[in-house]
Amino acid sequence: MTVNAPSKIEVRDMTLAYGDFVIQRDLNFSVNQGDIFIVMGGSGCGKSTLLRNLIGLQRPAKGTVAYAGDDFWAAEPEQQDSLKRRFGVLFQSGALWSSLTLAENVALPLGEYTDYDARTIAEIVALKLSLVGLGDFGDFYPAEISGGMKKRAGLARAMALDPDILFFDEPSAGLDPISSRRLDELILELRDSLGSTIVVVTHELASIFAIGNNAVFLDAETRTMIASGNPKDLVNSDIEKVRTFLRRGEP
Amino acid sequence: MADSKPAWQFEVEPRSDASLHLVLGGSWRLRDALPSTTGLEAQLPGVRRLSFSGAGITAWDTGLLTWLARLVRLCREQGIETDTAELPEGVRRLLELAFAVPEKKDAARSGDQPSFLANLGNIALDMWRAAPAMLNFFGEILLSFGRFFRGKAQYRKSDLFLIIQDVGPNAVLIVSLISFLVGMILAYMGAVQLEMFGAQIYIADLVGIGMVRVIGALMTGILLAGRTGAAFAAQLGTMQVNEEIDAFRTLGISSMDFLVLPRMLALLLMAPLLTLYAGIMGVLAGMIVAVGVFNVGAFEYYHETLRALDISQFVIGMVYGTIFGFLVAFAGCLRGIQCGRSAQAVGQAATSAVVTGILFIVIAASLLTILLQKLGV
Repeated sequence: MTVNAPSKIEVRDMTLAYGDFVIQRDLNFSVNQGDIFIVMGGSGCGKSTLLRNLIGLQRPAKGTVAYAGDDFWAAEPEQQDSLKRRFGVLFQSGALWSSLTLAENVALPLGEYTDYDARTIAEIVALKLSLVGLGDFGDFYPAEISGGMKKRAGLARAMALDPDILFFDEPSAGLDPISSRRLDELILELRDSLGSTIVVVTHELASIFAIGNNAVFLDAETRTMIASGNPKDLVNSDIEKVRTFLRRGEP
Repeated sequence: MADSKPAWQFEVEPRSDASLHLVLGGSWRLRDALPSTTGLEAQLPGVRRLSFSGAGITAWDTGLLTWLARLVRLCREQGIETDTAELPEGVRRLLELAFAVPEKKDAARSGDQPSFLANLGNIALDMWRAAPAMLNFFGEILLSFGRFFRGKAQYRKSDLFLIIQDVGPNAVLIVSLISFLVGMILAYMGAVQLEMFGAQIYIADLVGIGMVRVIGALMTGILLAGRTGAAFAAQLGTMQVNEEIDAFRTLGISSMDFLVLPRMLALLLMAPLLTLYAGIMGVLAGMIVAVGVFNVGAFEYYHETLRALDISQFVIGMVYGTIFGFLVAFAGCLRGIQCGRSAQAVGQAATSAVVTGILFIVIAASLLTILLQKLGV
């Protein structure tokens, strides 16, 4: 357990926009150490856009994102790079590098940012792949494995440098119920064992209730956040949209 | 990266019952340089049991896990019992997870590189197998044309016009540049020799017949191979990677009709026009060199050109051009459809389209030249 790593994310007055088209405005929330934080909302509300803004791929039109107090977008590029190394991202389709094997995919960040020799890196890679259940598939190429396996490989790569914060973009999309549950269990294990803070963009209700302890609800119509808190509390929320969302349409 | 005092600590306590107890403390993370295990490995033979205690560990991540996994694996190989009871709960659970699936040795790919002879044999076999694939593709194209002329081809006219625009008008600038340059080079090199005999006027014949009959077509063909053949291969290759071509097949839409046919038609229409244009630009370049550098009169050059060229030269040039256009489209589309399913494969497809296209052009040019010579044209 990493003892004194304040991996909070603090979002203040954030507005997301593409040019003049505003996707979300006035977003204010905090992700605390050890949270499994769910970003949810209807389709097209801007969940993935929010994620892109949090991981440094897109600049917010307004507002700040701070990692343990360090304002990301106000920092120098070198500092931004070192901040980026503190988090790992699982993209929606895995985003594995298609010309590299799974083992090479996971080894790349290790080779770039650590000084370990090839044998140690190979052991670390084998460990990461075993943790996601792909221990036998290190020499396979992404084109040769199924969609669910690509996701798990993407997760192994996101975890390669043991980041403080993990971001998952729709991790259960395309997974069968059993795999989805195993992934949830792995996410919980990562939080409990390694103390990771995890931000998950999803709308899988089963996962939201199984793993989430904090959440923010983005509304596509009003284009702002309309609720935040523990999903188990939000299911009884006064706000109808949130309630019906979490009850799958039942009033 | 290495500090003078490492963040981790461990002590080895030998116990009376031929077992070793490792006491771990401090910070064991990937970013702390982890200790080597060789010292410990040397102490393992003769040990019956290896136990760990981790009460003093302040921080850990998969760095610790990797270090422990290596020791545990070694112990298992040597039949030494391991006791992880006194390690942090999370470490124990993750170690169990990591060792849950036994390593299947045969699932790993063999990393042996085939020998030189084996490689050579594979290349020859690939070439041998390439021929039927090409004939197959050629047959599919003919069938597609058949459907086209019967009015039954499934394609979008808007796609056809877009491709025509990209292949033809958008290429005019580069074709002008290259054919102008080649015309100038031809004129200059020829003129230097002709000047010795006071026969500069014949630059007009040289450049005129050269550019209009063959060289215009050749340059245009190679240009099209690089510019358009590669583009076709990359477009179709990326569609292959994104499963877009599979989507056509499942709907029963012929990807030959929808994708290859418009590209083929566009090149068949545009290549002869571009060739003609290249020929004219070449003649113009020749004129500028002759008049500007070698003191040939502009009017004389013009008349000599008209005398040397008759309509047959233009037609032959356009025949060359059309054939080259077909070959470029053929190579581009073939490689695109044959593309593998990764980013690297798309790059290889584009490269292969250009190389194959140029190869076909060279072969066709040679055969056509011999044929025309035999026909006395």
